[in-house]
Amino acid sequence: MTTTASNLQAAASLPRWFTPAALVTAFSLAMASFTLTGFTNADGAPNLVAVAIVGFALFMVGTYLISRSVEGRRKATDRMVTGWVTAAFAMAVIPLVSLTWTVVEKGLNRLDAEFFTHSMRNVVGEGGGALHAIVGTLELTGIATLISVPLGIMTAIYLVEYGRGRLAKSVTFFVDVMTGIPSIVAGLFAFSLFLILLGPASAINGFAGAISLAVLMTPVVIRATEEMLKIVPNELREASYALGVPKWLTIVKVVIPTALAGIATGVIIAIARIIGETAPLLLAAGFTTSMNYNPFEEKMMTLPVFVYTSYAIQGTDVQSYVDRAWAGALTLMIIVMVLNLVARIISKLFSPKG
Amino acid sequence: MVIEPKAITAFIGPSGCGKSTLIRTLNRMHEVIPNAYVTGSMKMDGEDIYAPDVDPVKVRRQVGMVFQRPNPFPTMSIKDNVLSGYKLNNNRMSKSEGDELAEKALVGANLWNEVKDRLNLPGSSLSGGQQQRLCIARAIAVEPDVILMDEPTSALDPISTAAIEDLAVELKEKFTVVIVTHNMQQASRISDMTAFFNIAGTGMPGKLIEYDRTEKIFSNPAQQQTEDYVSGRFG
Repeated sequence: MTTTASNLQAAASLPRWFTPAALVTAFSLAMASFTLTGFTNADGAPNLVAVAIVGFALFMVGTYLISRSVEGRRKATDRMVTGWVTAAFAMAVIPLVSLTWTVVEKGLNRLDAEFFTHSMRNVVGEGGGALHAIVGTLELTGIATLISVPLGIMTAIYLVEYGRGRLAKSVTFFVDVMTGIPSIVAGLFAFSLFLILLGPASAINGFAGAISLAVLMTPVVIRATEEMLKIVPNELREASYALGVPKWLTIVKVVIPTALAGIATGVIIAIARIIGETAPLLLAAGFTTSMNYNPFEEKMMTLPVFVYTSYAIQGTDVQSYVDRAWAGALTLMIIVMVLNLVARIISKLFSPKG
Repeated sequence: MVIEPKAITAFIGPSGCGKSTLIRTLNRMHEVIPNAYVTGSMKMDGEDIYAPDVDPVKVRRQVGMVFQRPNPFPTMSIKDNVLSGYKLNNNRMSKSEGDELAEKALVGANLWNEVKDRLNLPGSSLSGGQQQRLCIARAIAVEPDVILMDEPTSALDPISTAAIEDLAVELKEKFTVVIVTHNMQQASRISDMTAFFNIAGTGMPGKLIEYDRTEKIFSNPAQQQTEDYVSGRFG
């Protein structure tokens, strides 16, 4: 009697060297066909993007047909989908890698000690630095964080733990609206507020910029904190109530510490988001070439505005302005990367263990 | 219905008959659900716990609760979990007082020998049965008068269940215990008094059918419905 085990056996499978071999074959074929038929650029080299697309198409068709005849339809479809997903991933990653590479390559030129120790005061050509911009960015982001984080966390606590009626619903609605405010509108708001309060002479100052950043940051903090608080299981709150702990102490000593890792991560991601905002700061904090440590008086320079103005308003020596712009962009990228790393470390340190 | 002091009272009945809801009203825990309310009165030591000037937080300090799924606080160590009734309320105590209290509660919950050399590990690093005993230790550390247990062993294996049942029998010497269980055999094993609840149909409210000594409920109940339930004709 023949066994029924044959129903369970897998069909033969292609050897492991198949995929790389197929890739190489397909792309070489594409390259060869372009070169030999004369579909090339002026300098005789074929357009690489065209080669890539045709090669990819050849690879996919060939793989599917060969795999289908050897391995069966399911495995062939699996290979096809793997191909599509990998291609999509590559398409997403290539711009990112290219961007990082470009910024690093062009910014390294001016990443020297002078860049970090001088401002642009009295500099019209070479030299100069971004110290005033770095200090400005750190100060304004710090002030914005000091305003939005307590406000945001307490609003989120209200929405999750207490809010039941109409007030909570309208707050949620307005927070949703605020997450979509264009950044230049936030800048205009801060600028006009200070214009009304202080008059045209002192309307543009660092603090106005910080306010516009806070307007952009608060809804992000609220959303992130809300999500983290909702994740805390209700049984923990009940356990605390059953011990005779009042509601506010439960929130402060049980709910928040349990959600702390997530909240810290959310806050740092919010900071990383607003640290690069240019338009509102251009309006509300202005442009200056000198150091200014006081956010409450006079205009203050920030890194994104520094990058913009160095690139857009070039003086006599175009190359040094452009170099400074790239170096400023690289500095900004490094700061954001450091912030993200800090977020991961905090998340690991504070998450509940066990 | 009068709950006997220093005894174990079991609430039994089919699913959805309101046993858990009722036990939650014994320490006003139902109030964390918005729009929940009670009518009638409930007296403890002669005082109505639902009187308008009574603070529910104070009620819960005298009537502790253990839940179905163990819920130790994940950010705290085992020792801090046991002492959380004090620590969360900002009650200061010296280190030695805290150590003594934790040991007493853990001994009382039959967990001391298993955790005495790892008191600083996080509370969630224990097995399910140990976590539930930790929650019991946490409940008895604040020395309540009554301990409510809402299906405390339904999420545990038979060996942990036996450990907790033995623990409940020990606890009744110092505390009044009310336990909700959908496991009839558990009720017949450990309880002194049993209350049987039933519902008329799905979606209808439940009611108390019979409340009497456990031996009587399980051998010679007065109501026909009780007889049907304990002999397994439905449930």
